[in-house]
Amino acid sequence: MNNIGLPQMLIVSSILFFIGVYGFLTRRNMITMLMSIELILNSVNINFIAFNKYLYADKLDGLFFTIFIITIAAAEAAVAIAIIINLYRSYKSIDVEDANTMKF
Amino acid sequence: MPGATLIALIPILPIASFLFIALVGKKYFPKFCGILGTLSLLGSFIISAITAYQYFLQNGKVNGIYTQLTPIKFSWLQFSPGVSIDMGILLDPISVMMIVIVTFISLMVHIYSLGYMKGEERYATYYSFLSLFTFSMLGLVLSANIFQIYIFWELVGVSSFLLIGFYYDKPSAVAASKKAFIVTRFADLGFLIGILVLAFYSGTLDFQTLITRLTTHTDQLNNAVTTSFLGMSALTWGLLLVFMGGAGKSAMFPLHIWLPDAMEGPTPVSALIHAATMVVAGVYLVARLFPIFSISGQTALHVVAYVGIFSSFFAAIIACTQTDIKRVLAYSTMSQIGYMMFALGVSGYGGENGLGFVASMFHLFTHAMFKALLFLCAGAVIHYVHSNEMKDMGGLRKLMPITHITFLIACLAIAGIPPFAGFFSKEEILQAAYHSNMTIFVLAVITAAITAFYMFRLYFSIFWSKSFVSHHSGEHHHGEASGTMLFPLILLGLMSIIAGLVPFGKFVTSDGKELETAFHITFSITPVLLATGGILLAAMLYKKENSKPQTISDGLGGLYRSIYKKFYIDEIYLFMTKKILFNLIGRPAAWFDRNVVDGTVNLTANLTGKVSVAIRGLQSGKMQQYAIYFFIGVLGFTVLFIYLWI
Repeated sequence: MNNIGLPQMLIVSSILFFIGVYGFLTRRNMITMLMSIELILNSVNINFIAFNKYLYADKLDGLFFTIFIITIAAAEAAVAIAIIINLYRSYKSIDVEDANTMKF
Repeated sequence: MPGATLIALIPILPIASFLFIALVGKKYFPKFCGILGTLSLLGSFIISAITAYQYFLQNGKVNGIYTQLTPIKFSWLQFSPGVSIDMGILLDPISVMMIVIVTFISLMVHIYSLGYMKGEERYATYYSFLSLFTFSMLGLVLSANIFQIYIFWELVGVSSFLLIGFYYDKPSAVAASKKAFIVTRFADLGFLIGILVLAFYSGTLDFQTLITRLTTHTDQLNNAVTTSFLGMSALTWGLLLVFMGGAGKSAMFPLHIWLPDAMEGPTPVSALIHAATMVVAGVYLVARLFPIFSISGQTALHVVAYVGIFSSFFAAIIACTQTDIKRVLAYSTMSQIGYMMFALGVSGYGGENGLGFVASMFHLFTHAMFKALLFLCAGAVIHYVHSNEMKDMGGLRKLMPITHITFLIACLAIAGIPPFAGFFSKEEILQAAYHSNMTIFVLAVITAAITAFYMFRLYFSIFWSKSFVSHHSGEHHHGEASGTMLFPLILLGLMSIIAGLVPFGKFVTSDGKELETAFHITFSITPVLLATGGILLAAMLYKKENSKPQTISDGLGGLYRSIYKKFYIDEIYLFMTKKILFNLIGRPAAWFDRNVVDGTVNLTANLTGKVSVAIRGLQSGKMQQYAIYFFIGVLGFTVLFIYLWI
């Protein structure tokens, strides 16, 4: 257990982040894209926690930020799902490729 | 003095009637609009008359001098502490006299039009325009600020444009209205520059301050006189440019070309605008600034005098050859206004020297009466004959007795036969000219004789000559004009007889002091004899239809033709504008505009368009593509950041 330090934490969060990015860019299903965004947010959370714990153990700022992000992520998910539902009503699909009217 | 509110009503009544007729009356009770316009003007006239009575006879004088009063004045647009455009009312002898003339003539024209325009399709519109015109003219003469006068000056121009082009389905009327507008507008450009020059050197736009500063020894006057540009002082330039505006409105040579064409409008309009009121605006303007002209701007005043006498003489010659009766009257108007102009030009300031000023204003007053009468009579004749051409008329004296008598009175008045109105004012003008400039005097006397000749040529051709043959066979003729048309004729006829008896020097002088105008019986013998000679000559040639006029005109050949063609002034203008101005300046400028200016703009637009088409693929509407750009961007910045700082 002792050999788990800041680098390991950052590696995990990076992996999580790029999985999220990969999912966001490749998936065509909006729900899956939303989930990928959650992954990205969580990787950021891990970063905050890790830096807080290993660099400024006597402070709580990192924790506060994490809690904020979780709250906002929840709200954002609600909004995003509302948008997705509306899109579904218009296009009868939740494939991003179908929602392509916002172009030149 | 009536209260300020009451005086303000003088111009407000006509504008109110204009707005009411144009917005409401035209749609809901068009038949009633004429009465409405006439009534509002009657109100204006009564207030003006009261104002004039109180100003001249009761309380206009302070220590025996007529003062300038400003019952109303407020700042409208402030440029700097000293310079502001004010809206105000300035009462002094000339403006009080003018409001009486304007409202009186306008009232006559309103009443006359009740009969003349009856059954006209745009009857209500016509009355709204008349009201607008009267409002502008009243505003013009009451102005207390040189910029205010400019505003009303333009309003007068616009309403004149509307009225000349009243029969807008007639191409000649449209052309005439455009011509009038463009020519006067061009002159007004000079007026505006003149205002700016005067305002720049005097540091004010207010008439009273302006006149005080530019006539007494102040720094401003010094500055204006010593600064010179192209050999003339700045003050002279300013005054000349202001006079250019006046010459445009008053149809002085060479800006007179619009006036004869303006006769395309309805005849009562010609009586109101192109005879009695608007065309004297230029004279009024010079009279308003007269102290500056006579005390500090002698050079400019000489120009006024020579332009005046030349226009007067020139127009009188042309008038002898015209065959359209309204055109003859138009040229006679131009000639008479030339008289007023040179009378101002030969006048000095104050006391005995100010005789020319008195005479000019006096002539303005009497001329308004008889010229309006002439036009209204001509209107009645045209109404009867349905033609403007002299050859269609003749022998009308039995058919239209009242018109005949009043027309005769007006002709005698304009010819300067005693005891009619024109005699007195003309004698004063001639006296003023006699005492100051011999050349002008001689030309003026000759002009007076020619005036008598062409007016009686007109009179005999209309009312005598052959017996009248109607060109509308089978149509029942309506005889003498209706009552509403005859009433103004009779009233104006009376005025043309008695207006000359007004002791004008007591009321309107250059410096406000009374001037006893001496009357020399020996002096007036020559002009009267010459005028009588002109009348007799006209009687000989035109009383009975004969071939003498034809013989004479044939004998004169080319000269007659060129006079008939108005000395080809119109053609010269056309040549100047079309051939020289358009070809040498207009076309190259148009080419430059089309190719270089437009080219630059088009190039920019095309370039932008091409680039946009090329890169529009980036805006694909696919969200994930945007996200990729975003990540690539962030990555790029990160790399940059690392490379630069770490």
